[in-house]
Amino acid sequence: MARYVAPVQGKVGQIIDVIVLLIMAIGALYIPLWLGLAGSAKTPQPIENPTWETLGQNPAMVEQWQKLGYADPASAAELITARFDYSFSIGALVVMIVVIVGYYAILLRFSEKEYRDVIAEKFGE
Amino acid sequence: MAQAQQTEHVGLARVLGPAHVWALGVGIVLVGEYMGWNFSVGKGGAYAALMACWFAGILYTCVAMIDSEVTSTVAAAGGQYTQAKHIVGPLMAFNVGLYLVFAYTMLEAANAITFGFLVDTVATMSGHSGLDQRPFIILAIMFLAWLNYRGVLATLTFNLVITAIAFTAVIVLFLATSGVVGVSPLRHAELMSGAAAMPYGWLGVLAAMHFGLWYYLGIEGTTQAAEEVRSPARSLPFGTLAGVMTLAIAATLTWYVCSGLMPWEYLGQAGVPLFDAARLSGSTFLMVFLGIGTMFATLASANGCINDASRAWFAMARDRYLPGWFGAVHPKYRTPYRSIIFLVPIALIFALGAPIDQVITFSILSGLLEYTFMPLNIILFRRKWPLETIKRGYEHPFHPLPAFALLALCGMAFFAVFLGYGTQLVAMIAFYIVVSLWFHFWRYRFVNRGAQFTMPWPKPKGY
Repeated sequence: MARYVAPVQGKVGQIIDVIVLLIMAIGALYIPLWLGLAGSAKTPQPIENPTWETLGQNPAMVEQWQKLGYADPASAAELITARFDYSFSIGALVVMIVVIVGYYAILLRFSEKEYRDVIAEKFGE
Repeated sequence: MAQAQQTEHVGLARVLGPAHVWALGVGIVLVGEYMGWNFSVGKGGAYAALMACWFAGILYTCVAMIDSEVTSTVAAAGGQYTQAKHIVGPLMAFNVGLYLVFAYTMLEAANAITFGFLVDTVATMSGHSGLDQRPFIILAIMFLAWLNYRGVLATLTFNLVITAIAFTAVIVLFLATSGVVGVSPLRHAELMSGAAAMPYGWLGVLAAMHFGLWYYLGIEGTTQAAEEVRSPARSLPFGTLAGVMTLAIAATLTWYVCSGLMPWEYLGQAGVPLFDAARLSGSTFLMVFLGIGTMFATLASANGCINDASRAWFAMARDRYLPGWFGAVHPKYRTPYRSIIFLVPIALIFALGAPIDQVITFSILSGLLEYTFMPLNIILFRRKWPLETIKRGYEHPFHPLPAFALLALCGMAFFAVFLGYGTQLVAMIAFYIVVSLWFHFWRYRFVNRGAQFTMPWPKPKGY
């Protein structure tokens, strides 16, 4: 196999490549945040005039809440009642599985193609 | 240009021993016991967090076993990136390199956020409320980057000392509160009774696996030091496996103390849970000691993260997977100084601008993608180079059982992230798909083909 000679990349090209990579990486985290789609679906479920009993707290728990600085039930109510919403659709789960499996399939397929060239050149075929 | 060409081929200095490897691995991860792990309590309750801790322990035992075998053979900077390059192929290597950079850079950002939060907490307790955390976050990252710039031996010796202190603090807190010495303030039976036992049922156990990874995330970073270790075949498996055992013990002790002192609803969202546990113990000494331990753990972790992320970035640049300018070694300190400096602002962008649970999730997801790669890597490694063809420093037992167990546990962890953080999961995978296409169709043209393969191995079977 003919030896592949990689072109030398100019400084401007190097800078552009790094910027592109950075935009993609920062976008992956910040776009969901900016769109308000990110993060936990943990939402408090307000209770009117909460007491430690209605919040389901026994005396030992109450004692620890107070040591932590939550003197009355109203101050701790939001923390105590907040719950994740774990409901999901089968469709969303299937999409997630397809995306993950598809991603690894792309990786393995393209990698194999590139790897064969590497081995062929390295071992002189 | 000529100078860059010359410097990039200078090797890194081989100065590290097994204790440094242990300190690098445990130093990065021990902060996971000081913060972050407790979000698993929020996702499933205290019992679920304990089960997640042990499931994650099994996952990381598989990671350590698999990684130790491959690394004892591929002893070069870049760790799993270099493994992927030699075993699976360039595109996988590029992705693995990015997993490493982002997992560690996000972990570094999370550490800096926690450091700032701790300073704020201590200031508030001493009557100075409303402290601006940002200068402390910036200062921590800049100081550690400077330390990394100056040399790996000083960096990891610093890590060894502060990690040992932070680990001792966990042990002392356990001994002081468990009833071994004096009366125990722990109240597991009352705090974990009734609905507090399993607030989300068994689904919560699965969901807790998401942050359960945080107990150990980063231990695989020991391999990044491969090119700087005096005896990689001995030190890397020893340091990594000792690290996993250390963390399994520390994680269980941490869970035991914290879940016996705090209601799960508080513990599940606490910023500095071990420090809170020390406060609740009623001992001023413990409070101060755990405050110092938290500070040291965050610094040790951020320090190790800068070390690892910069090595991965450097290794990719040296192969031209990234612009070659980053592949330079400092002529005096023998460190990948351009990579170290370049990653500082990226860590700051995330530390100053994103909520901690998002930053942690970003780090966990990159780690999880990396762990999913590992079983594929070891299966291909054994197939292409059976045991008799290359001498390994360490051969992991029961192959392919650990690989399949790891795949199954990764699947479980993906589902756990999906429960509550599905958008990030999809956004993250979408990022890696786009960036893979960019690499394959654009960036790869700047990479020499055969020259990437630097190991003195025979031709792989089947090629």
